[in-house]
Amino acid sequence: MSKRRVVVTGLGTINPLGNNVSDTWNNLISGVSGIDYISSFETDELPVKFAGEVKNFDANEYLGKQHARKLDRSGHLSIHATEEALKDAGLNTEERLGTEVGIVFGTGIGGIGATEQAVRTYDERGASRINPLAITQLMPNSSTGQVAIKFGIEGPSLTITTACAASANAIGEAKNMIQNGIVDMVIAGGTESGTTAMTIGAFAQIRALSTNNENPKEACRPFDKNRDGFVMGEGSTVLVMESEESAKKRGANIYGYISGYGASTDAHHITAPAEGGKGAVEAIKKALADAEISNEEVDYVNAHGTSTLANDKNETAALKTVFGDKAYQLNISSTKSMTGHLLGGGGAFESLVSLLSLKNNIIPPTINLNNPDEDCDLNYTPNVAIEKDLSTAMSNSFGFGGHNGVLVFKKD
Amino acid sequence: MEINEVFEKVKGLFVEDLGIDESKVTMEAKLEEDLEIDSLGIVEVVMAFEDEFEIEIDDDELADVSTVGQAVNLLHSKI
Repeated sequence: MSKRRVVVTGLGTINPLGNNVSDTWNNLISGVSGIDYISSFETDELPVKFAGEVKNFDANEYLGKQHARKLDRSGHLSIHATEEALKDAGLNTEERLGTEVGIVFGTGIGGIGATEQAVRTYDERGASRINPLAITQLMPNSSTGQVAIKFGIEGPSLTITTACAASANAIGEAKNMIQNGIVDMVIAGGTESGTTAMTIGAFAQIRALSTNNENPKEACRPFDKNRDGFVMGEGSTVLVMESEESAKKRGANIYGYISGYGASTDAHHITAPAEGGKGAVEAIKKALADAEISNEEVDYVNAHGTSTLANDKNETAALKTVFGDKAYQLNISSTKSMTGHLLGGGGAFESLVSLLSLKNNIIPPTINLNNPDEDCDLNYTPNVAIEKDLSTAMSNSFGFGGHNGVLVFKKD
Repeated sequence: MEINEVFEKVKGLFVEDLGIDESKVTMEAKLEEDLEIDSLGIVEVVMAFEDEFEIEIDDDELADVSTVGQAVNLLHSKI
C-alpha cells in the first residue's frame, strides 16, 4: 500500500528578514541581510554586539497588553506566524480547529528570556517577587500550548527540543503523524527567541559566534574561507501540513509535498559534528530513501550552512559522500547568511524557503560568499539568486547534541 | 487612606501593570469573569498590591475576594 502523501497548504513566518512570507521572500531573493546591531538590550559587556532580531513588531499592539504580557517573546512570535499560516491555508482563525488537528513545534531553548528575567528578579528581590508567570513562559512547550489555546488545536501535540534540528524534526514527526493516519492536519513549525544577553554571552564563550562587530551584515558568511562563526537570529515559522486528500477535498492551495524525512544522531560530541559529517550522511540517505527518490533527482539543497568552521566543512563532505560527483551539480545555498541562525526555528524557516524555491523556481543566494575555501568547493549560489526549473529540494538541519534532521520536498 | 483612593490605586495597577481595559475596572467587576484574571494572575495582583501598599497578604485572606470591591475593602482594612 502506498503511503499517504503530505502537502503544505499554508505558510507563516516572522523573522529578521520580514514579518510575513511575502516580505521575507522578496528579501531572500534580493540577498538582503537581516543582521544588525542589537537594539533590544545593552551589549556593552558582550563580545558580540549584533544579531538577527525581529523588527517593527509590538506584541502589545498585536495581542493586547493583557494577553501579551502572559507570554514570552517566543510565544508572541509563534502566535503571529501561526495566524498568517492558518489564514494562508484558508482556515478560519476565529473558530477552534478542534480535535482532528495536531500541533508539533520545535524550539532549542524555549522561553530563555523569561528564565533570565526570573533569575534576575530572584537575585534582586527574593523568591516572593518571582513572576508567577515565569514557569509558563520559560517551559519549552510554552509556544505549543499557547498556540493551541489561541486557535483551539485539540489534537495530539508535541514539542521537540533537538537544538538547531528541532523544527526540522518537528516537521518530520508531523509528516509521520499524517502519514500514519493519526490526524489529517498538523500545524507544524518552530520558534526561537534567544537573542538575549546571557544566551549570546554563553554562545560566545564556546567561540561559536562570529565576532565581526565592525560589519554585522557581512558577519554571517557560510562556506567562505573567512567565516568565523554563526550569528544569532530569532523568529518563528509555521507550516499547515495535511494529507493530500484533505487538501484536495477542501480545495486548498498546495505549495508542495513533504516527501522525505530522515533523522540520525552523531553520538560523537555535544557540539562538534562527527568527522566527515557521518551523522549527516545517514540522515540525508534516510530522507532520500523515505522520499523514494534517487540522488540524481535533487535539484536544490538548503544547507544547514551555519558559517562555523566545522559545520560548513563537514556538511560539504557529507554532501560529497552521499551525492558523489553529482554534488558538484547541486545548487546549494545557506539562507542563514541573511537571517542568522534561527536555532530551533531554523528547520521550519528553511522548509519554507525550500517550498517557495520550488514554487517560484528561484534559488536564494548565500550572501557574503567571496573567498573560496578548498574544503568548501561546491556550488553554494554565491551572492545572487538564480532562476532555475526545480522539482525537488532538500533541507539539512543539524543540532548541538548531535541531532540531524533532513527533509525532502517535491513540487508535485 | 480613603476607600476611593484605594480604588483609584487598584484601578491604576490593573490598567498599567496588567493591561486591563480601564472601563472594565469597577467596584462590582468580578476578577475572574469580568477582568479575565486567572489563578496565575491573582498571584500577580497580590504581588502588585503588596508592593504598592507595603503590606503582606496571606493566601487565606483572599478566600472571600472575588470582586474588585472586595479586594479594595480588604486592602483598606489593612492599610
